[in-house]
Amino acid sequence: MNRLSGIAASNGIAIAKAFRLENPELTADKKNVADTQAEVERFQLAVNESIDELQLIKAKTAKEISDKEAAIFGAHLLVLEDPELIGPIKENIESNQVNAEFALKETSDMFINMFEAMDNEYMKERAADVRDVTKRVMAHLLGVTIQNPSLISDEVVIIAEDLTPSDTVQLNPKFIKGFITDIGGRTSHSAILARTLEIPAVVGAKTAMSDIDNGTIVIIDGSEGEILLDPDEATLAEYQDKQVAFASQKAEWAKLKNEATVTKDGVAVELGANIGTPKDLTGVLENGGEAIGLYRTEFLYMGRDNFPTEQEQFDAYSAVLKGMEGKPTVVRTLDIGGDKELSYLKLPNELNPFLGLRAIRLCLEMPDMFRTQLRALLRASVHGNLKIMFPMIATLDEFRQAKALLLEEQAKLESEGIEVSDSIEVGIMVEIPSTAVMADTFAKEVDFFSIGTNDLIQYTMAADRMNESVSYLYQPYNPAILRLVKNVIDASHKEGKWTGMCGEMAGDEIAIPILLGLGLDEFSMSASSILKARSQLSRLSKADMEGHVEHILGLATSQEVEDYIKNL
Amino acid sequence: MVEKTFTITDPAGMHARPASALVGSLSKFQSDITMEFNGKKVNLKSILGVMSLGVPSGSTVKIAADGADENEAMESIQQTLQSEGISNE
Repeated sequence: MNRLSGIAASNGIAIAKAFRLENPELTADKKNVADTQAEVERFQLAVNESIDELQLIKAKTAKEISDKEAAIFGAHLLVLEDPELIGPIKENIESNQVNAEFALKETSDMFINMFEAMDNEYMKERAADVRDVTKRVMAHLLGVTIQNPSLISDEVVIIAEDLTPSDTVQLNPKFIKGFITDIGGRTSHSAILARTLEIPAVVGAKTAMSDIDNGTIVIIDGSEGEILLDPDEATLAEYQDKQVAFASQKAEWAKLKNEATVTKDGVAVELGANIGTPKDLTGVLENGGEAIGLYRTEFLYMGRDNFPTEQEQFDAYSAVLKGMEGKPTVVRTLDIGGDKELSYLKLPNELNPFLGLRAIRLCLEMPDMFRTQLRALLRASVHGNLKIMFPMIATLDEFRQAKALLLEEQAKLESEGIEVSDSIEVGIMVEIPSTAVMADTFAKEVDFFSIGTNDLIQYTMAADRMNESVSYLYQPYNPAILRLVKNVIDASHKEGKWTGMCGEMAGDEIAIPILLGLGLDEFSMSASSILKARSQLSRLSKADMEGHVEHILGLATSQEVEDYIKNL
Repeated sequence: MVEKTFTITDPAGMHARPASALVGSLSKFQSDITMEFNGKKVNLKSILGVMSLGVPSGSTVKIAADGADENEAMESIQQTLQSEGISNE
């Protein structure tokens, strides 16, 4: 029995035979061709065969998976019929007397390079489409068979170097029980799709293609990133048990989907989701999110050539508010600058962008841009339960300034006869230590706090989480952080306000019991962590945890806190 | 030849799905059909051409149809732009 490991891309256990998705060598040399007419015909034949194939795959995918996934093949078909692609290739063959393979590569490379050079995620995906289609036609020209996953009708685990977008949409969970790729990471397209389809996957395994033959029995542990080949009886039984346990846990969590989050001793807390775009809404609702604790609005500004208009912003904010059907939705105003750049906003180069002109500082420096966002939010407020928070607040002055701008825009809208909700809560993110320390003063003026632990921890410990030499200092359980969190929560409660947390710590299974004991009112995390957190909270007693808080805050190190919680 | 200008009101600009619907609807017309944006003109029957323009929301484009069925083509274009939510003019 052999073991391999890679990056855990999608949770769960899969046990099935390996099916290798080969990546055939599809290069061809440039050749001189005398009979160009025959060559053009040969090219058209390859195109026609590709069209027939794509129509079959499209129909099968639409029938067995969904119309939405099948749409990508509709786009590929259009590319194959594109006169600006097919025409130039044929001309190339005729004028330069070259073989179809070379002409195809030259023209498609031109489009691929053009799209990839565009500073736009969307256009880069179109480059991938052209690649996909070119590969298919090239294979027909060379007489090489491409495997099509949609035609698999046995239970298998797919092994591949990588999965292209058109490979992944063909994966039918009925037969494809999981997959392993040699390259890729947790956020690659294939990993994201695995999580959407809810099939276990391990990516970045490096040697899967070289080590795994067709037909080998493979166990994938997508939660741990482990792969076992040709397991013995005992191991097989062990993993079959794990598979059952995982399925029943998933079913238990699914039952919690529509339930409120209540602790063992009957205390309710709010579990929310962090989102970046309106599309993330489906994940929130599917995972039983009770709120959105953080809507990162910078995605509206990124991946484009110009500022989003007030109307575009309004459309996005209202879509999210409506989709949440009255459930609390906390929108964070623009948090850009520093490392998060916009191609159309020329900011001075800073030596220390994390301590520089970003987020609220940038917005107060560029009030017109800020006012546009505030107007869009105020107009959208009538569509749901909107709460607004300002990021990176360091002083009360900043909060007062930002709030003043908000109130000015509200007054203007009302004088224009435009309706604005009269119950918008206005709060702040607590990520800068000065604010955490001064929480009592802030609490008198803000409606709520949301603790952004990702940055609070970095600023408090003065360490860059992405810097491998000091990332060990990124310690969420360090008593210093816990004391700051307690200070913020207590300050808010003293004024009858609430505190939420939208950093990763809110979904952390070691932190959750502590945060419960400290009295955190709202936990906001990635949608996929909600059900697990709800399940954990249902087994915790707030009163018990409150009893442990004093001791925990008196501990000296992060490790002591972690050990203490693990031993409870 | 018939020409008309349109404003792209779809908040996502001229993006894949509706662009595909538009391009796909034009192959049946004989006329030459072009779209011009920002000084660049492309064959509107070419999905790659349309994509390469990268037309964002709020922009104005000029569409021209030239040929025997140019009037039907333009009517069809107007209808498709409306029904796909690309332009509400």
